[in-house]
Amino acid sequence: MKKLDRKQMAARVARDIPEGSYVNLGIGLPTLVADHLPHDREIVLHSENGVLGIGPRPAKGMEDEDMINAGKEPVTLLKGGAFFHHADSFGMIRGRHLDYCVLGAFQVSVAGDLANWHTGAPDAIPAVGGAMDLAVGAKKVLVMMEHLTKQGESKIVERCTYPLTGAHCVNRIYTNLAVIDVKADGLHVVDMVEGLSFEELQRLTGVPLNRPQAARAA
Amino acid sequence: MIDKFIASAAAALADVPDGATVMIGGFGNAGMPAELIDALIAQGAKNLTVVNNNAGNADAGLAALIGAGRVKKIICSFPRQTDSWHFDKAYRTGGLGLELVPQGTLAERIRAAGAGIGAFYTPTAHGTRLAEGKETRRIGGRDYVLEYPIHADYALIKADRADRWGNLTYRMTARNFGPIMAAAAKCTVVQVRERVELGELDPETVVTPGIFVQRVVKH
Repeated sequence: MKKLDRKQMAARVARDIPEGSYVNLGIGLPTLVADHLPHDREIVLHSENGVLGIGPRPAKGMEDEDMINAGKEPVTLLKGGAFFHHADSFGMIRGRHLDYCVLGAFQVSVAGDLANWHTGAPDAIPAVGGAMDLAVGAKKVLVMMEHLTKQGESKIVERCTYPLTGAHCVNRIYTNLAVIDVKADGLHVVDMVEGLSFEELQRLTGVPLNRPQAARAA
Repeated sequence: MIDKFIASAAAALADVPDGATVMIGGFGNAGMPAELIDALIAQGAKNLTVVNNNAGNADAGLAALIGAGRVKKIICSFPRQTDSWHFDKAYRTGGLGLELVPQGTLAERIRAAGAGIGAFYTPTAHGTRLAEGKETRRIGGRDYVLEYPIHADYALIKADRADRWGNLTYRMTARNFGPIMAAAAKCTVVQVRERVELGELDPETVVTPGIFVQRVVKH
């Protein structure tokens, strides 16, 4: 099978974001999605720290310490962009104005519970940022993560063992092996990487999956 | 004549007492009022409760205040950073208290304080450990958590331009918590890049009206 690398995962997510969307990309892996958004679509990127219309990273030497994204990386502003304060920024999030957010995850449960802020280790320093607001606020919550942990365990689980970021909030999961929708009646595979059979995906995942629609029709 | 400009950061912060609650603006280094924080360190107030999104980066600003042992408790959303070693050490050795608040709840609690709101219900964090022990309520089929405002004795923020009435404009993402912290504190002290004459700021572009500002320092 051809597992997707990080860039390919980002490109796969980007493909599904329609023209005209307002989108927040989480820190880390989801940030890569920005580099793969189709140039023929106008998509407005939001960042928690008070900006809509984020553009690409500035050229070297053109960085401005007042112009950063939520990951505190230097960014640029597109024509039509806007600045606003933090309470307005989270009003956009919580008030259901964002069409999509893309978040990384440690685990997602069959019920769409998300765990992405804390490993549960007692000596860990907790940090939550805007993840809990995004999880409850965006109209569609997309998760982007490796399918398996480094130990080979499925990150899609019956119940999250890590502390929750939000309950029943995830709509779709993008992994390096498959795209899976979270619905009221369970998990539905949308597509899989080349060379991976549904049976093998099911074996690796460990929680019940429903076959892709096209495969069922065939 | 109203003139909120103060000659120095030291003079602007001379009356901060031990045990004060101090909001500090900024998201990482964008909008962090570095000169005001340096003046607060030099001033010596201790047992402070600090409200900021983070808990300091590297060795300057808020990190230096924590490193100097002046902070008793920090209320923030994201303390852990690759360069938050002063916070990490103070937290792990047990001296520094932490109230971890989701970022949007932090912003809204600050906004609520400035707007005279007694409490509010937010869907954020419901069903998570950050809502444990908090009052919840189901409204319109959705679960909410009750949250209270965060008031402060002082807010230290950074803006771009100010006139002598304390009207402020900001620069790009350095705005972040500035406007809401300015409204939430009894005494708001602003560090600005440029002083302009009264009437020079386009009233349509003023972000923080001077009513929320007590002291301004040009740096």
